Amino acid sequence: MTSLISADSTAVGSPALNIAIFAGFVLVTLVVIIKLASGKKSAGEFYTASGGFSGRQNGVAIAGDYLSAASFLGIAGAIALQGYDGFLYSIGFLVAWLVALLLVAELMRNTGRLTMADVLSYRLKQRPVRIATAISVLCVSFFYLLAQMAGAGGLVSLLLGVSGEGAQNIVIALVGIVMITYVLIGGMRGTTWVQIIKALLLIAATAIMTVWVLGKYGFNLSGLMQAAVDKNPKVGEKLLAPGVKYGATTTTKIDFISLSLALVLGTAGLPHVLQRFYTVPTSKQARKSVEWAIWLIGGFYLLTLVVGYGAGALVGPAEISAAPGKANSAAPLLAFHLGGSPFLGIVSGIAFATILAVVAGLTITASATFAHDIYKEVIKRGDTTSDQEVRVARMSAIAIGVIAILGGMFAKSQNIAFLVALAFAVAASANLPTILYSLFWKRFNTQGALWSIYGGLISTIGLIIFSPVVSGKAPLPGTTVSPSMITNPDIDFSWFPLDNPGLITIPLAFFLGWLGTVLSKEHNQQKYAEMEVRSLTGHGVAKALEH
Amino acid sequence: MSNDARTRGDEDPYVAMQTTDEFQALRKKFRGFVFPMTAFFLVWYFVYVLLSIFAPGFMGTKVFGNINLGLLFGLGQFVTTFAITFIYARWANRELDPLADAIGATLDGQKEH
Repeated sequence: MTSLISADSTAVGSPALNIAIFAGFVLVTLVVIIKLASGKKSAGEFYTASGGFSGRQNGVAIAGDYLSAASFLGIAGAIALQGYDGFLYSIGFLVAWLVALLLVAELMRNTGRLTMADVLSYRLKQRPVRIATAISVLCVSFFYLLAQMAGAGGLVSLLLGVSGEGAQNIVIALVGIVMITYVLIGGMRGTTWVQIIKALLLIAATAIMTVWVLGKYGFNLSGLMQAAVDKNPKVGEKLLAPGVKYGATTTTKIDFISLSLALVLGTAGLPHVLQRFYTVPTSKQARKSVEWAIWLIGGFYLLTLVVGYGAGALVGPAEISAAPGKANSAAPLLAFHLGGSPFLGIVSGIAFATILAVVAGLTITASATFAHDIYKEVIKRGDTTSDQEVRVARMSAIAIGVIAILGGMFAKSQNIAFLVALAFAVAASANLPTILYSLFWKRFNTQGALWSIYGGLISTIGLIIFSPVVSGKAPLPGTTVSPSMITNPDIDFSWFPLDNPGLITIPLAFFLGWLGTVLSKEHNQQKYAEMEVRSLTGHGVAKALEH
Repeated sequence: MSNDARTRGDEDPYVAMQTTDEFQALRKKFRGFVFPMTAFFLVWYFVYVLLSIFAPGFMGTKVFGNINLGLLFGLGQFVTTFAITFIYARWANRELDPLADAIGATLDGQKEH
């Protein structure tokens, strides 16, 4: 078995087998999509599958959408190398769902129909709020998309045995093309089925790995953790307590608090997550969706704890750090150590499927935002047919796919976790304050929304640009390369000390929303009453779906 | 909160509904549950984050075997998240939905007349 890891090859296992399993997944899902979701579509069908899914199906699809490559490969890898701190990270991703469950999901389902901007512009001035929301949605989706595509590029070298620049680009393009095909043929209905299939495969494979790992340690978690400590003498006992990654200095500590805030408040502001609430018919089903999503996502993160420590114990930090994908390769390497090439093939196939499903969901959301909010409501002022709108949505899906492919080729050396954290920070700063204010604060108005959205968006991106993420990190020991985005250590224009701006930008966006509101007299009592009554009772939802 | 609606609320069914006792009771019930619950889980989550960041020694206190306080607190976050989900869903199905459905039915009735 070990002879399969040869020194001159970057690949582990059998690339042909990995490719075959991935191709099998693509084929099966394409058949499912063509059977269940092909044909002509209305705008509602294309963006939301006409609200035709059950709460349970949607809950599984949400898990499929949320458990991206960053959370599957990233968290397992972080636990393998940094122990407890990786676990800490996953808890933020889970607890965040309570914001969606208690405050957002049902009320969004009851007041919106096609896009996030439907809710935000409900009782405010349509055009300016739709434009602002659309810009913010497109920004979040773009960063998230970039992260997934960059992840695809990084995975390739490990799993498919292609390490050259050109070969990686070809694989990124291939992922993009398959994704565009899914979206164009299947719309939201097809994409949802891909996410459901992928979620079930991912959870099943992770559960098998978990039982397998625990079996090797007599189902004794403490014994497994001891083995991970023994295999990692450099970190040792500290692996089991917090602080390995985030406890270094006061700055890294504050940085982690900032990240935690963005994680816990960002999820309920992620447009592709919110879009999923429109794929069920009622708020009761939206509630059920989130219930299922929480059980599945929480259960999954518990499994990654074992998988992560398992990778630390059975593969070991030396081998993980030497692998081409570094931390991201911990879970695939563990699969290889457990079940050899066939199991590695299955896990890598699923990792690719993960990227595909998440990217397709993002593309649907972004194209719905462009076609519905920008083209129909802003450019055409509501004067288009559903056919025209869907045509624009399809064209934007192709355009977004092409941007994702090019962006992925450009960003493939970027840190995936950073790009995802950036998407969460923008979502928590630019989207969530306005969502909460418009659902819960009577007085809220257009000026408040615009100040909050633009203020949150600009401050988040601005602070990132002037943070050590972009420039000025000290070179890695033994090299002259800075881990910042600009790798030349001599170029340094950073003045903001934190990698994660959420601690500043989230309170700022809430404050700007309040300030903008109280400085403006606008208030539409009739629309406010309509929105509040409908949001709590679901009145009018069924009717809105019929046409 | 919405007394100013009464003066011109006669034509619009939503404005009229918003001021009724039934609707205000639903609103109060919903907010009375979700706001304290949100405050609770946010405070508990940040207590956990702050302890992890500023008291790693305490979190590393071993309870049995390699299972330390940090792991138990972390698993506690899972337990509370699952519990809140379960409690909220049961509560909303039993207490909230009948009220909401009744108000929806009243609105439908008004439109048909």
